[in-house]
Amino acid sequence: MESSDQYDGQVAPAESGLPAPAAARPESIKAVPIRHWGRWISAAIVVYLMAALVYSFITNSNVEWPTVWEYLFAPLTLRGLALTIELTVISMIIGAAGGVLLAVMRLSDNPVLSGIAWVYIWFFRGTPVYVQIILWANLGVFYPKLIAGLPFTGIVFGSTDSGTLVSRIIVPAILALGLNEAAYAAELVRAGIISVDAGQNEAALSLGMSPTLTMRRVVLPQAMRVIIPTFGNETISMLKTTSLIAAIGGLEMFGRLQAVYSQTFQIIPLLVVACIWYLFLTSLLTVSQARLEAYFGKGFGEKEAEAAEKRAARRAARTHA
Amino acid sequence: MPDDSGHIVAPTGAEVSAGQPMVKAEQVWKSFGKLDVLKGVDLEVMPQQTYVLLGPSGGGKSTLLRCINHLELINAGRLWVGGELMGYRQKGAVLHEMKARDVAKQRSHVGMVFQRFNLFPHMTAIENVMEAPIRVQHVSRKQAEAEAEELLRRVGLGDKLDTYPAQLSGGQQQRVAIARALAMKPKLMLFDEPTSALDPELVGEVLDVMKQLAVDGMTMVVVTHEIGFAKEVADGVALMDGGVIVEDGPPLEVLVNPKEERTKLFLSKVLA
Repeated sequence: MESSDQYDGQVAPAESGLPAPAAARPESIKAVPIRHWGRWISAAIVVYLMAALVYSFITNSNVEWPTVWEYLFAPLTLRGLALTIELTVISMIIGAAGGVLLAVMRLSDNPVLSGIAWVYIWFFRGTPVYVQIILWANLGVFYPKLIAGLPFTGIVFGSTDSGTLVSRIIVPAILALGLNEAAYAAELVRAGIISVDAGQNEAALSLGMSPTLTMRRVVLPQAMRVIIPTFGNETISMLKTTSLIAAIGGLEMFGRLQAVYSQTFQIIPLLVVACIWYLFLTSLLTVSQARLEAYFGKGFGEKEAEAAEKRAARRAARTHA
Repeated sequence: MPDDSGHIVAPTGAEVSAGQPMVKAEQVWKSFGKLDVLKGVDLEVMPQQTYVLLGPSGGGKSTLLRCINHLELINAGRLWVGGELMGYRQKGAVLHEMKARDVAKQRSHVGMVFQRFNLFPHMTAIENVMEAPIRVQHVSRKQAEAEAEELLRRVGLGDKLDTYPAQLSGGQQQRVAIARALAMKPKLMLFDEPTSALDPELVGEVLDVMKQLAVDGMTMVVVTHEIGFAKEVADGVALMDGGVIVEDGPPLEVLVNPKEERTKLFLSKVLA
């Protein structure tokens, strides 16, 4: 890239070659490895017992495998599955956005903001999500009308009937799951932010970066390394928590299967169907979590060549533009 | 663009009118709770001077440095950088606190180098250097990249542009940190024990860069334990202990023929 006298005009000396060893590298040590007999024996016992368990499960006539197959890809299951995924995704988006907002508020030196965040987290973490789901669904009972206006002045911009608003099950479901998740996410984002070295904040501030810019460009990207594993955990948890909306007649996957087995009494096979799908989805989530972790682990293992390449590509794109 | 004279930066101080100090502290007090860390510090650093603060740990050197760019708020006294009061606006006899955005603007003219480098670990060397010019000064990416490359080359890291901090030695990281601060074209550079976290072998490469900066006419306030650097480069030296400046003056007076017993004691321990 540069000529041999590339160190011209430089202050620091170039790194010199390392001293040579006295002899060529000798052959590596050959030794008899330790035999882990205990491990082999215990593994054999575990495999034997697991095989027996799986065999007994597969051959158990009470599982009714034909029924499992019948429902596994039934339109009813798949429609429910779609709602399960939709609820999980939307609730987690609300949860993540709300969580970052609440965490930043909570850490703010503005006592009003941090107070609001504290009360929010206190309420939504302090009541069961099951209760929250039912409360939102019954919004119409204690606030029949939702009015937008200035309190105490009689000025009204508009109003809506809350009964109609929450009559579509998905509305109270998303409200309950998303707002509840935001409270939990806020705490884990806050933990992530606190984990970033205080020197990072100072370095950014000393460069003239504003507190907001510092948060966005320096602190949050590093906090993500800590947040992602726990957030993945939260997503998996949310996937399963969506099954609670069966309580308000929500027709996500488990709700639908439950509705069927309460009529047909095919309880075990339909529970097996639900488990298979939940396991499949959590496996997908585990894989994408690993990808995200690798992305936010930047600077903690990424190859130098890769970074150089990316920058060269960007530069090329600019000169062409 | 590059001249091969070995300069790292162009001289600073042009924006301060002649005879005006770049840094002026007047009876600065700073306390953390009940503990007074600075107890009436007076300081004057003229443009293009290198001023070295020496003294034992806990003497208030680092705190003074952090007050100069408003990372810490002073409790009493006045502190100016380039003739501007830091962190406050004076209307008549009344001081008004500055908004975060205005403080950030003031800080962008003052570079700071930390003992523990504090590079952004999720950015490569060149990204570290480009970040503030692009986001704070809104320099074009192309220009920022060219300037960053040149700066890194001048501190001897032309072959480490795309390396992440974790893969650099301490001395290399500190040189990136210096380049990062210089990228904002500061009128003043603050160094907070820049070589204290380095292996002895790597101290030289960082001091060399700082010496070159001094030659280039950068105004610098340096907290360090490197007496040799102070003797060779400094225009002024102050010994701080117990939150006050015990003795100050030209390096050959303070370091070779100190008047105060405290200075003699300190030097005898450091040079032993």
